[in-house]
Formats: sequence, structure tokens, C-alpha cells
Amino acid sequence: MAEFKLPANSTVGRGKTFKAEKGAKKVKSFKIYRWDPDTGANPTQDTYEVDLDKCGPMVLDALIKIKNEVDTTLTFRRSCREGICGSCAMNIDGLNTLACLKPIEDVKGDCKISPLPHLPVVKDLVPDLSQLYAQYRSIEPWLQTDTAAPPDEERKQSKEERAQLDGMWECILCFCCSTSCPSYWWNGDRYLGPAILLQAYRWIADSRDEATGQRLDNLEDPFRLYRCHTIMNCTRTCPKGLNPAEAIGKIKQMMVERQG
Amino acid sequence: MSSMQDSREAAMIGRRTDGTTVRRPLSPHLQVYDMLQMSSFSSILNRITGVVWSFGILLVVYWLLALALGPETYATARAAFAHPIGQLVLVGMTVAAWYHTLAGLRHINWDIGRGFSIPAMYRSGWAVFIGTAVLSIITWLPAIPGAVEFITAQINANL
Repeated sequence: MAEFKLPANSTVGRGKTFKAEKGAKKVKSFKIYRWDPDTGANPTQDTYEVDLDKCGPMVLDALIKIKNEVDTTLTFRRSCREGICGSCAMNIDGLNTLACLKPIEDVKGDCKISPLPHLPVVKDLVPDLSQLYAQYRSIEPWLQTDTAAPPDEERKQSKEERAQLDGMWECILCFCCSTSCPSYWWNGDRYLGPAILLQAYRWIADSRDEATGQRLDNLEDPFRLYRCHTIMNCTRTCPKGLNPAEAIGKIKQMMVERQG
Repeated sequence: MSSMQDSREAAMIGRRTDGTTVRRPLSPHLQVYDMLQMSSFSSILNRITGVVWSFGILLVVYWLLALALGPETYATARAAFAHPIGQLVLVGMTVAAWYHTLAGLRHINWDIGRGFSIPAMYRSGWAVFIGTAVLSIITWLPAIPGAVEFITAQINANL
């Protein structure tokens, strides 16, 4: 059953404010979700005033500046800072995206940042992704074949067959889409969500894979696939410009087609 | 909360630095997400109008039943529907029914594999909103002169 309100231990209280240095001209407030397991208290929203004249252009630059210069306890994941690792996925200004690809100037007013929605929080902006990884494992995301591989060459694809995978191989599993989906919020224990279903279709659409039937059997379920109601929040929020909703639509079509 | 209802419950338990367990908070969802963007707004409106229109079907059943039971019950039903509040309810039902019908067509288009791009999603969303307004006005066109007359009379009586 959908629970629209946050549990009592999860409501966000007022936090501390860190003022900008004196003489700063271009000040922007970053209101950031904080939770520390060691205090045991409820999460808070801390305000950090940042001088944009002394900060890089992206939201991740501001987070790194805050951690380096203002508050070393601020915790977040980041690695590549160029949108290829998927670590810095978070909710910025009401939409999920990668902090490294989100220009600060695109955010009007205060910049509100919280972890990916409807997940257990490990600390501050770091959510627990183990459910999503377990669901990814459940679709067996590797090539499956019955026929023997050619003895002295790889399994070949035509250019057209290879093109079938465009728009799916680019997914970096940042889970912006899955955690933007209200249906995944309410049914994420059994519904696989857009990121995992896009990956499921990536293997269904692979001309070299020979387990298409079993893959579709695994998804033929009221929850795993059919909790998708084509809300389209997933496609709207994908920082890589991919289209999970369309991939799910294609799986649904294959389900109908194979019934003959 | 004794028995586990949801597999996600397992990840709600975390550890402090000293090794003791702590219950993790759930990150904000509806509280922070932009639900008024076209994608989620048109979707939740489809759900709401579906529920509203289910009650509308009950009104249709009531109307048919009143008709079947004879002139007296039918006169009562007519009076109820002709009352200003009854008329307002019917206008609301018309809007809900049109929205739900057009949004249903939007879903059929998706189900045959079309209209998944973001510009197409915005176009079809606006088409449903505008179509609902236009078709609702057309549906009530014959009643508009009467409604204007009624409202003018009310204003004049209160002056």
C-alpha cells in the first residue's frame, strides 16, 4: 500500500546555516539534506552559502567546495565528474540528475539537494542501492546462449543488429529514473523499475542472445513489468537522454506479440 | 511492524560507527519531487478522473433506475440533477469523463509503441488538456444560455 507521508524518523527538520565569507558578491544558498547515523536524530536541511565567483559551474563543484572548505562532514558519492560513472545521482531542485552535469545557473533561487527519492539513507546524500542491484542481478544481465560459439571468432552482429542496442548500452545505472518513478516508490519491492527494465530489454534486443523466451517469461508478472503505468517521469529525468519508458513499451508489445 | 511486509525493509537497518544498529530514514519523495511536471501530473489526473468517473457511472445507473421505476421516481431524479449543485456535479463528471477518455487514447498510442519522446509526451499531454476543455464546453453548450440566465437572476435577486 502506498505510504505518501514520510515515516516519523524520516521527516526533515531545520538545520544549521553556514554564512558566506564577508565581501562575497555572488552568493547562492545550497539547502542540503543531512543525516548522520551516529546522532540518531531526524534528518535536517543545512544551508550553505557559496560564493559563485570562487566556485566551478556545476552543482558537484559546489558540493566539493563545501566539503573542502566549509564542512568536511558533508557526505556524497562522486567519481568521474563527467557523467559516465553515475555516482553523483541525487535530487536537485525537484528532479533527479547527476550533480556533475547540472549547471548551478540552471537552478533558480535556492538550490535544494536531497538523496535519490524513496530509498534508505546511509548518510547525508548517500542512499542504499542494494535493492536496485539485487533486482539488476535478477534479470541475469549477461549473454546467454544454447548454441556453441564459433571456434575461432566472436559471435558476430550486423550493423543493423548492433544498432538495436543504441539507447541502452549508454545506461550508466545511476538509478535517477527508477527513483523518479512513483510506481517504483510504492511497489519497488516487486516492481523492477525503469532502469532494470531498460537493461532487461537491452538483452532481449541483443541478436546474439538466445534466452529471449526465458527473459520474457521472467517478466510476465503483474508486478515485475506491469506496474509501469507509462508515467514517463523516467524518460523526463534521465541525465543521459535515454528512454526507459519506450524500452518498457517494447517489452509489453513483445508480450502481446508472442501470444500470437 | 513485527512481520516483514516488504523486502526493502531489510535495507532500513544501518550501523553506527560503534557497530550498534540504527533505523535509517527513508529519503524524501513526494515531499521534494516536482510532481507538477507534465509526465506525473497528467498521470495522477488520469487516476483521479478514473475514480471520479466510476462514481459518475453510479449516477448513470441511478438515472436509468429512476427511469425504469416510473414517472414519480424519474421526476425526483430530474429535480436532483436540475438543482444547481446537481448541475455542478454533472459538469465535474463531464470534465472527468472527457479527460479520462482522451488520456486513455494517449495510453493506447503508447501501447502501440508511439509517442515516447519527451516533445511528443508534452504535445499529447497538452492535447489532452485542451481537448478536455473544448469537448466539455461543447457538451454543455445547450445549457450555457440557461445557466447565464440563472446566475443573472441570482445576482439581481441579491442586489
